Amino acid sequence: METDQTKVISVLVENKPGVLHGVANLFRRRNFNIESITVGLSENIDTSRMTITVKGDEKTLEQVVKQLAKLIDVLKVEELEPGHFVMRELALIKVNVPTTKDRSDIINCVEVFRGRIIDVSTDSLTVEITGTPDKLDAFLKLMQTNGIIELARTGITALARGAKTVRIDE
Amino acid sequence: MTKMSGAKVLVESLEQQNVDVIFGILGGAILPVYDALCGNEKIRHILARHEQGAAHAAEGYARASGRVGVCIATSGPGATNLVTGIANAYLDSSPLIAITGQVPSTGVNSSYMIGKDAFQEADIIGITTPITKHNYQPRTIAEIQPMVNAAFYIASSGRPGPVLIDLPKNVQSDIADVDMGITGKIEARGYKPALTPDLTKISKAVDLLANAVEPMILAGGGVISANASDELTQMSDLLIAPVATTFMGKGAFPECHPLSVGCIGMHGNPAANRLIGETDVLLAVGTRFSDRATANLDTFAPNAKKIHIDIDPAELGKNIDVDVPIVGDAKVSLKLLHNAAAKKLPKMKVNAWWSKRIKETKEQLSPLLKDRPKELVPKALLIELRKLLPVDTIVTTEVGQNQMWSALYFQALKPRTFISSGGLGTMGFGFPAAIGAKVACPDRPVVDIAGDGSFLMTEQELACSVAEKIPVIVIVLNNSVLGMVAQWQRMLYNRRYMAVHLGKTPDFVKLAEAYGAQGLRVNSIEEFQKAVKTALNSDVTTVIDVPIGSENDVVPFVPPGCGLPQQRGDY
Repeated sequence: METDQTKVISVLVENKPGVLHGVANLFRRRNFNIESITVGLSENIDTSRMTITVKGDEKTLEQVVKQLAKLIDVLKVEELEPGHFVMRELALIKVNVPTTKDRSDIINCVEVFRGRIIDVSTDSLTVEITGTPDKLDAFLKLMQTNGIIELARTGITALARGAKTVRIDE
Repeated sequence: MTKMSGAKVLVESLEQQNVDVIFGILGGAILPVYDALCGNEKIRHILARHEQGAAHAAEGYARASGRVGVCIATSGPGATNLVTGIANAYLDSSPLIAITGQVPSTGVNSSYMIGKDAFQEADIIGITTPITKHNYQPRTIAEIQPMVNAAFYIASSGRPGPVLIDLPKNVQSDIADVDMGITGKIEARGYKPALTPDLTKISKAVDLLANAVEPMILAGGGVISANASDELTQMSDLLIAPVATTFMGKGAFPECHPLSVGCIGMHGNPAANRLIGETDVLLAVGTRFSDRATANLDTFAPNAKKIHIDIDPAELGKNIDVDVPIVGDAKVSLKLLHNAAAKKLPKMKVNAWWSKRIKETKEQLSPLLKDRPKELVPKALLIELRKLLPVDTIVTTEVGQNQMWSALYFQALKPRTFISSGGLGTMGFGFPAAIGAKVACPDRPVVDIAGDGSFLMTEQELACSVAEKIPVIVIVLNNSVLGMVAQWQRMLYNRRYMAVHLGKTPDFVKLAEAYGAQGLRVNSIEEFQKAVKTALNSDVTTVIDVPIGSENDVVPFVPPGCGLPQQRGDY
């Protein structure tokens, strides 16, 4: 058996209804494994950028790229080269704070991780934190001691470093 | 700019695509389009009796003619009844346009209905997303013509396939100022099929072929859809390589040619299955290496370096690993490969041993060269049928034993003369497909080789063929059993027959007559000859009922999970 690896794929698609359905449908139908998918506008108003993290062996990942490229509304698909792209994920975490000491511990932690407190109530704090998935994992591990009430992670979004781009060449 | 309804825009857009026939059934949500078709002299509408029949007929038309087939239905059940036909065209890569009506998308007050579970509403865009090359739902009249243009381009170019256009009723009936000028610009910027192969890959392929001792060619349906049969024959002549086809490639290479070894596969020609295990360089063109063609991949062409030409990049490396993957149109690529190889020809030694081996293997294993039974069994019947039919006759089949017997015993001599549901395996495909093929080629005989089980799935189209005066011939190999699954129960489930016996099947002669068609029953080869001749001279559809025994097997057979060399069964 080939070993599974995780890859990040940058996909430019038409910014119109039904496109996400087509992509999601493809992953389901072909039995591909999505770790995360994020979608938003790209540098062109008529184009959206999807950042898809997939897990699979080499052959499966090759098929993911090729099958995506076949969709008519997909304009460009490129695998981001490991080590040559930047990626970020955002998480919102609502943490339990029963005592004042807990509160100051958490605030310290948030500062170390360069997060922000964005909501405060008597029993909880909501933290916004951005970074690589590893950094988020590390932060979440620390928060688990207090008890995480709610968690929302966006999944990663990414761009190639420097002069390298994934753009539509007209 | 002219004031026109959306329905009129659709019909004029179809005319601009030179559509001369559409197969369909109307209903409430597509009425404005039918109103726009009323009195139209350029487009013939053929009223099917079930939407599945309309879709298969449109595919039969497409595969016989090489043009795009068009079918049309109303919203809801009309649209969902097309689904099997669309899926069939998707798996067999046939150019098909399906047009469906949809409930209104906008309107004053609360008269818009999409998403409200309106009467006869079905999310056909959602349903067909995984079985179409693309689908469209125009929401304004201005979108219709560009979408129709793009739909035809997408359906017919690259790897062909079905495209669906779902037209909300208000978009059909509303009126707007439209410019119907033909721009020629296709609005599908994400779609760029690559036709011309990478030349470095071609030269790598030539290197492999030049050093081949036992070269072999495997031709798939892509050779037929690219109209590349002549190039295939030239390639085979140059290499002196035997040509096997996949089931979908049947007809790509004349099966009477000395280098033809027939179809590979689960029920393939044993000569083809054996030689593919021996070849050292396999040139595969326009095939996706389906499981039914290759059987177990561990023993598929184990000694061969593989060159794979396909227009769909995703097929390269999908099912099998190849040494030289080539993305390109089969015709263009074969021509380039041939020309490049021909320059190196002096280095290509004809291997007398391989030529002898091909001849020997055919003589020893080819089912057609073995004893020919005298009694009325499928083999004798199909060999006889080939003799009775003109070379350019179009044959369709249903699915199951009738289909595999046809693959083994009925020689296809020209491309686009053998039309069958290979990928989806749709019982009931053959008869409506025959109707469509006859519409495309009215001057040629069209014959559906059927089984009783399959024919019963779409026999209502007899009404269509009689009313629309589209005479075809249906030969029912009548064994009163769902033969292929019964064979599997016999061979693999210890003869535990469950739900395969059809009991007293209808009297097919009377059935034909009830529809106003001609029905004939035959009980010997002589009667069969006479009936086929009568049918060929008839201007009405003829059903020939041929009672055969209920325990005929299609042999030889590669059991599921086994490799091609493990083909078994006396034949």
